[in-house]
Amino acid sequence: MIDNITLFIDQLMRYPYLQNAMAAAVLVGVICGVIGCYIILRGMALMGDAISHAVLPGVVIAYMIGASFFIGAVITGVLTALAIGYISQNSRIKEDSAIGIMFTAMFALGIVMITGLQGTSVDLWHILFGNVLAVSKVDLWITLGIGIFVLIAVIIFYRPLLLSTFDETMAKSSGLPVKFIHYMLMLLLSLVTVASLQTVGIVLVVAMLITPGATAYLLTDRFPVMLILSALIGVISAVAGLFFSVIYDVASGASIVLVASVLFILALFFSPKQGIIPKLFRKPVYDS
Amino acid sequence: MDYHETVDVKSLSVHYHGNLALKNVSFTVNKGSIVGVIGPNGAGKSTLMKAMLGLERCKGTVSFFGEKVKDIRKNIAYVPQRSSIDWDFPVLVKDVVLMGRFMHIPWYKIASKKDKERAFEALRMVGMEEFANRQIGELSGGQQQRVFIARSLSQDADLFFLDEPFVGIDVKSEEIIVDILHTLKQEGKTIFVIHHDLSKVEKYFDQLVLLNQELIHAGEVKDVYRTDLIKKAYHGSASLMKEGQELVVVNP
Repeated sequence: MIDNITLFIDQLMRYPYLQNAMAAAVLVGVICGVIGCYIILRGMALMGDAISHAVLPGVVIAYMIGASFFIGAVITGVLTALAIGYISQNSRIKEDSAIGIMFTAMFALGIVMITGLQGTSVDLWHILFGNVLAVSKVDLWITLGIGIFVLIAVIIFYRPLLLSTFDETMAKSSGLPVKFIHYMLMLLLSLVTVASLQTVGIVLVVAMLITPGATAYLLTDRFPVMLILSALIGVISAVAGLFFSVIYDVASGASIVLVASVLFILALFFSPKQGIIPKLFRKPVYDS
Repeated sequence: MDYHETVDVKSLSVHYHGNLALKNVSFTVNKGSIVGVIGPNGAGKSTLMKAMLGLERCKGTVSFFGEKVKDIRKNIAYVPQRSSIDWDFPVLVKDVVLMGRFMHIPWYKIASKKDKERAFEALRMVGMEEFANRQIGELSGGQQQRVFIARSLSQDADLFFLDEPFVGIDVKSEEIIVDILHTLKQEGKTIFVIHHDLSKVEKYFDQLVLLNQELIHAGEVKDVYRTDLIKKAYHGSASLMKEGQELVVVNP
């Protein structure tokens, strides 16, 4: 193990592509971890999955017309969120069904477009499952830009986001634009998804959004701590996942997600307060 | 009394996809009173509250002391129904109470020491200061309700809206909350309380708004809490017996 670690550090020093990969993975760990906390507490895990899949046609169209991936992805991501809202508010279809319909439709559209474009260099495999080792300097700068934007938004709007997540009616009655906040969050979610495209890929982004946040949720009772822990767990998963990916030559995105999942399982069973095993041994508390 | 001293609701109607939820409701209540909004399940009590707060598309006008709701939002404290809150949410009691200060803090500032002190003071008023560092899900129903009352106190509002605050709480919490409501009233605050249980109506409220989709009657408790009107609102599903001067209510 020690040998492997020195080998990994040695390679990291030597190869710029690995440095880019590491930097991208760390950034993605942070922003997915942070946005994921909101997704979990708002009960929107399925929505996170939906938006991440729905960016596919946007990415393909952007590629076709030579525009930036990010713009295409944001447009289709937000459009999908709006369509889901429209369907669930204007028909008897409930939100989870609306999500199921819209994201599969968008995802299918994306796949049809890619297969129609066969022979070009859009690599379906890489979009779906990521290839962190192919991250370029430009990609890295864009990811950094998104990361800074997301973090600044979360810091500036900390109180409105917290209040509208915790108590929507009070948020509304105190005059917060609750709907606008919801769609802003969808916008951030689309941005985060695209930033994560190359690291973990569309299919597994939802794991980076949900799993570190859920792990942090089991470890703390305070929201700011949850945000920081979640980001930290995202980073640990990214670094360790990349390490396993390089040393054992396996897919990077999947190995990052597996590390996050193992951390979750550990928290599920051993978290001091919420863990299943500590709970078994807890004696009843008698309040005064 | 002039309109700067009253809350006026004029011909308020709300419908959902063509189904009428609230029909042409009008009433006036005085500043500095505790108003019970009562009526059977599905009578539109929550809808009335949401429409008054401007959260529901509606016809008609609502004026709070001569002003529209959107101009006095900071001045309205809201206490949600307990069932609408996620009690596993990672917030401590003191974090929840501090939320009452949020609308007074400019977006570029963090909560000041003064805000935190105000929140703690509110927590002391409801007798929950020992629980400041507990996660909210670890409290009993009555304690949870007191924490949300503290949140509304820390907001320093003039208007209070409480959605079913007495459901599923212990006697001690009930007494503390009733005391606080009376103190607030003495300070000239106006308090609306949604309430579905007919018992203790006379103990809690000064004025009543009796609803069943349309207004049955509104006014002083003694004028509204009458056998004929209650029967009309509850369509006979509540029976009342006259026992001396007191009304004993048997809920369905």
